[in-house]
Amino acid sequence: MAAHPLVHGPRTAVDLLLRDVHVLDPRALIDARHDVRVRGGEVAELGDPGGLAHDPGEELIEGRGQHLLPAFFDPHVHLRVPGQEHKEDLDSGTRAAAAGGYAGVIAMPNTDPVLDSAPLLRSLRETAAREARISVGFMPAITRGLNGEQLSEMAELRHEGAVGFTDDGKPVTSAGMLRKALQYQRLCGGVIALHEEDPTLSRGGSMHEGAVSVALGIGGIPTISESTMVARDAAIAGYEDARVHFQHLSCVASVQAVAEAKAKGFRVSTEASPHHLLLTEEDVRGMDTRMKMNPPLATEQDRQALIEGLRSGTIDCVATDHAPHAREEKEVPFEQAPMGTTGLETAFAALYTGLVLPGVLELALLVERMTAAAALYELPTYTIAPGEPANLTLVDLDAEFVAGERGWESRSENCCFAGRRLRGKVLLTVAGGAVVYRERAFSVVGA
Amino acid sequence: MNHLLSIKDLDRPSIERIVAQAERFAEVSDREIKKVPALRGRMVLNLFYEASTRTRSSFELAAKRLSADVVNFAASGSSVEKGESLKDTVLTLSAHKPDAIVLRTPWAGASELVSKWCSAAIVNAGDGKREHPTQALLDVYTLKGRLGELDGASIWIVGDVMHSRVARSNIIAFQRMGAKVTVAGPPTLIPRGIEALGCDVRFTLDELSSADVVYALRMQNERMNETWVPSVREYASWYQINGRRLSPRQVLMHPGPVNRGVELSGEVVDSPQAVITAQVEAGVVVRMAVLYELLAGARASTPAPSALPSPASPEPQPA
Repeated sequence: MAAHPLVHGPRTAVDLLLRDVHVLDPRALIDARHDVRVRGGEVAELGDPGGLAHDPGEELIEGRGQHLLPAFFDPHVHLRVPGQEHKEDLDSGTRAAAAGGYAGVIAMPNTDPVLDSAPLLRSLRETAAREARISVGFMPAITRGLNGEQLSEMAELRHEGAVGFTDDGKPVTSAGMLRKALQYQRLCGGVIALHEEDPTLSRGGSMHEGAVSVALGIGGIPTISESTMVARDAAIAGYEDARVHFQHLSCVASVQAVAEAKAKGFRVSTEASPHHLLLTEEDVRGMDTRMKMNPPLATEQDRQALIEGLRSGTIDCVATDHAPHAREEKEVPFEQAPMGTTGLETAFAALYTGLVLPGVLELALLVERMTAAAALYELPTYTIAPGEPANLTLVDLDAEFVAGERGWESRSENCCFAGRRLRGKVLLTVAGGAVVYRERAFSVVGA
Repeated sequence: MNHLLSIKDLDRPSIERIVAQAERFAEVSDREIKKVPALRGRMVLNLFYEASTRTRSSFELAAKRLSADVVNFAASGSSVEKGESLKDTVLTLSAHKPDAIVLRTPWAGASELVSKWCSAAIVNAGDGKREHPTQALLDVYTLKGRLGELDGASIWIVGDVMHSRVARSNIIAFQRMGAKVTVAGPPTLIPRGIEALGCDVRFTLDELSSADVVYALRMQNERMNETWVPSVREYASWYQINGRRLSPRQVLMHPGPVNRGVELSGEVVDSPQAVITAQVEAGVVVRMAVLYELLAGARASTPAPSALPSPASPEPQPA
């Protein structure tokens, strides 16, 4: 039997009574104040607010109407192990995720060496079983060494616990190579996730090709670099009836291409990142390297299309593309800097502040999209119901803070939202029945 | 003025002030002893990450004519080749307490970064494909000498606009001085959306006769190998400024170095319409004026506004 795709470090199952919390679980259709009891790491019962008696030996948390959400799931993070532990490791990366309210993440394989063999996957999973605060799944490379030329041993990797496959950071440039991977998926299963970029169009670019790149004299990446590849690969996926997930969509034309593929019944899904949903090329004008990511921040029109896609369901879920880089790597001129922003610790607050508070999206919809990725990857969805493992996030929607003001759990600080005033603070995260994060100023009332 | 990072930081009165100061310094250049003591005891550091002959020597001469001490630091043959970062190089050289750093790099925005790392006045002497503000100033100076005022003048910038920091700075500076700017070149070398800078775009030289000034850009050989244009021959046949295309009343400019037979024919380079050597001459006096403005003027001790974009995002806290 194949190994379970998610692994986590040692956990202590807790007994908690969350008194008078506003439970919001869009899938369970709960949106009301309750007492929630967690016993032995499982959701034991939901009662009227103030209605459940506090058992001795059970930690009491006074919710006072704060929101209890199913914990978030991120299908796209870079934990940098092995080989780039100066940027992040399994401990710091999953600590950052826990601080952002996540109970599960999927790590990308563009490590050094590339995660493309079963022995490496096994050793990574063993490390995760010691160090990971929350559940981690690993996506090995589609092609060996991310070179786009030869398939990795996908069947063996799946047996060893691969969630799926991706060459993230790079496109599968060759249509023929991608087709073989999709055919091989019939044998081994596993979602194939694609970073879409045509290198002949993006070469020499450091930011979105548009008004700002022209003004700054910085090489531009045209949106067609992404959208033509999304359209091409959707067609290949449809032809092979394969299961494909498009990563970090960034522009109007890509959203349209995915919508068309879905309308044809192709088995495709997709994600958008908080930075693409909230920022545009205008934020790059100051050449702050934290604003440099791939795909690049595009126009307001592109941003609106992503928001609309998230609302309509064309975009299935939110993914942070958490991409830590060391300070010295980012403290260089814009064109020299590596691409990527961290995102796990700010995702919920940034989206709540930027989209829910102004009335653009409903809170319930945001919660749904921040938890939807697990099902896309054939993993159990976190839900707040008796008998379910406790995967919970307690947030204070009114608490305001400046992102990064108290440092980061991540080893890196290259967050595009750093310094912004945000609302919606994660107070407590429970993953797999264990408390994995507690906001430092958050006091426990009774024990 | 604390730094000269971008021509965008200079409004028309500031440009005119620098040009007027340069005109006063021009008189010095004609003396037998070409030196004034204005910046005696000050130190100017030339920090060049790219090969440059005319810009560097022009800044060096400018500083020396103002009696400043000059140190040249070229990236090749230095600690940079041993892997030292821009930041560490700047911090190291700052220990010598330069009053001004003249910076040339292949990276957009490098001078903004450096201005945050040290207290010297920073002069952007070219940052990647972005800007070359002193070139724009010396071109305005040269044109004023030739045309009087630039108001209403039609200036055509011809060639590889995409890879040209000179084009970007000059489009802005010429327009601030009242001129009308048109860029012309092969469609592969005109950045999409350049109209947003206020200029017109043409892909042929059919209407070149309407120009008062023709500003040709250098066509770099490496662009030919990257298939931006099919061949030098085809480029020259469509975009070369030659005796057939240039009319006698037009002024011809070029930032140098010239590729004779590519963007300019030999006969126009040597014609009286060409002000190419006047531009070089202007380089010294304009850079004297810039250094003088930065170092001898009342230099405020307040730091320049942060290059970071949004008002809502101050520096991150260290983790």
